[in-house]
Amino acid sequence: MATQHSRSVARFMLAPAVILLLGWMLVPLTATLIFSFKKYLPLRGGDLGWVGFDNYVRFVSSSAFWPSVMATLTIIGSVLVITIILGIVLALLLDQPMWGQGIVRILVIAPFFVMPTVSALVWKNMFMDPINGILAHLWKFFGAAPVEWLTQASMQSIVMIVSWQWLPFATLILLTSVQSLDREQLEAAEMDGAPWISRFWHLILPHLARAITIVLLIQTIFLLSVFAEIFVTTGGAFGTKTLTYLIFQRVLESQNIGLGSAGGVYAIILANIVAIFLMRAVGKNLDS
Amino acid sequence: MGRIVLESVTKKFGNTEVIPPLDLTIEEGEFVVFVGPSGCGKSTLLRLIAGLEDVSSGVIKIDDNDATDLAPAKRGLAMVFQSYALYPHMSVRKNITFPLRMAGLSKAEQDERVTKAAEVLNLSDYLDRRPGQLSGGQRQRVAIGRAIVREPSAFLFDEPLSNLDAALRVGMRLEISELHKRLETTMIYVTHDQVEAMTMADKIVVLRAGNIEQVGSPLELYHSPRNTFVAGFIGSPKMNLIDGEEAAKYGAHTIGIRPEHISVSGSEGPWSGKVVVSEHLGSDTFFHIHGTGLADTITVRVDGEVNFKYGDRVYLTPRDDVIHKFDAEGLRIG
Ligand SMILES: Nc1ncnc2c1ncn2[C@@H]1O[C@H](COP(=O)(O)OP(=O)(O)OP(=O)(O)O)[C@@H](O)[C@H]1O
Ligand SMILES: [Mg+2]
Repeated sequence: MATQHSRSVARFMLAPAVILLLGWMLVPLTATLIFSFKKYLPLRGGDLGWVGFDNYVRFVSSSAFWPSVMATLTIIGSVLVITIILGIVLALLLDQPMWGQGIVRILVIAPFFVMPTVSALVWKNMFMDPINGILAHLWKFFGAAPVEWLTQASMQSIVMIVSWQWLPFATLILLTSVQSLDREQLEAAEMDGAPWISRFWHLILPHLARAITIVLLIQTIFLLSVFAEIFVTTGGAFGTKTLTYLIFQRVLESQNIGLGSAGGVYAIILANIVAIFLMRAVGKNLDS
Repeated sequence: MGRIVLESVTKKFGNTEVIPPLDLTIEEGEFVVFVGPSGCGKSTLLRLIAGLEDVSSGVIKIDDNDATDLAPAKRGLAMVFQSYALYPHMSVRKNITFPLRMAGLSKAEQDERVTKAAEVLNLSDYLDRRPGQLSGGQRQRVAIGRAIVREPSAFLFDEPLSNLDAALRVGMRLEISELHKRLETTMIYVTHDQVEAMTMADKIVVLRAGNIEQVGSPLELYHSPRNTFVAGFIGSPKMNLIDGEEAAKYGAHTIGIRPEHISVSGSEGPWSGKVVVSEHLGSDTFFHIHGTGLADTITVRVDGEVNFKYGDRVYLTPRDDVIHKFDAEGLRIG
């Protein structure tokens, strides 16, 4: 149907959106690149001229850099593992016919609609507060001393909060995949004498592989920029300073825009490396 | 091995009764075909036998053991699905050995059985491919291969050929018949293609709304259908059913005459009408005739090429000795 004419009309109609999107991305990206090559201290003299790759070298050689990379990877890795395993479990459970299915599904998806800042605040004050939090009450009920979550187990707490937010997303994608599995295949396997665990391992899991890769890809990219959860809870203390948080500190707390921008460029490169890897994985998955 | 007995088996989905109490015996080594219109419960009946659905009441016996509450895998039956239900992530070899791996057979035993099945089914060249890389007919053969390596006491087929093109269907039909001759294992086969039913079956079970209308060999069903439903369902083209005065002449409420039992002439015969459609198959010709005053359409089948065109007036002579008579309830008389 796409004639030459209709195609050029389509391009014309798409142009405003594409231009807007490009501008939206390109302007900040260019600004970041420019600043990263400058010594720019807004409160201590402003623009102090070009400095070449100085900022890049300083950013990686700072003692906070490697720990922040580790913290980022720890958060991403743990959240991925938790959301994918629990996501599969939930998807399989939600796929079962049950009473009130519609409502249960909406409830499961709900956390995704809560803003990160709000959910972090709710977790911090209502669940993890060592005096008034629900978890503290639970611990006391069993006669244990309440855990000071955010100071004693800060990394675990953040992983928990972020996992809670991303679990609905993983569940949703995996659920659609579970639902698209051919029932007759499962029945055939049942007749072939495969117990549930073999059916899961040989049929369901391979069928979910593509959905799992997609969850991995999308979540990794978003998790690289987790910020609000850390800002609201630990403020980057107790080993929870991620790359994103480090950049934030460089720019706003030490008022060094050049250094922060260099970190930003590193983050962009890192995200793209991950994206390329994962795109390849998805591509391979789509081929077979 | 492979005698299956159903005793007053019923199946309800919620409040709708899909299978009313039903008794059926399938003898060892028989090729039984379930036919019936869409939605009559053929698949449901097969799935009840397979154990994929639970019966609402009644007893299913396999080889004289009560199998009503047995898990599907424990019944010793193998099923071939309409969609083939191959495992897409496994090679053909893995697909075929899957039931053997689940049964914990040794690697050597698995290899031996796969090799044998692949030979029988002409799959030897495809063993390392994935199902996605096979044609429809090849996939169907893999599904059959997966069923035969288990050496089941009976095979269940649910419309296995309906996704294949006409030529392939004829070929696979022969292959399945041959397989049955060779293995001498009970086979239950669901189809709505009555050519498949007539050509393959030892015994045909005609179903309507979950009820068994008649059980018999293909020729029994053809020569003496028990009622007007079976009469209309078995045979192609359909039997002509005629009510009213003409039927009364034969002392019946309805009479049935097969298209191949009517002769056509341009000049004489007791019935007459106009040709509306003539279908030339080469080997024979079908005429659809209107305006006979007997039924809306009378279908006639004649051998070879006979030339009557649209609108031609023709005269029909039924063969009196093969007229089927039915009473007001539609049941066969005599
Ligand atoms: N899981 C189910 N829940 C409710 N009703 C069902 C279910 N499965 C089948 N039915 C009903 O049972 C009846 C028989 O279905 P079945 O699939 O056995 O028909 P069939 O004879 O195999 O038809 P076809 O030739 O179209 O495959 C149909 O009316 C169908 O709607
Ligand atoms: Mg069916």
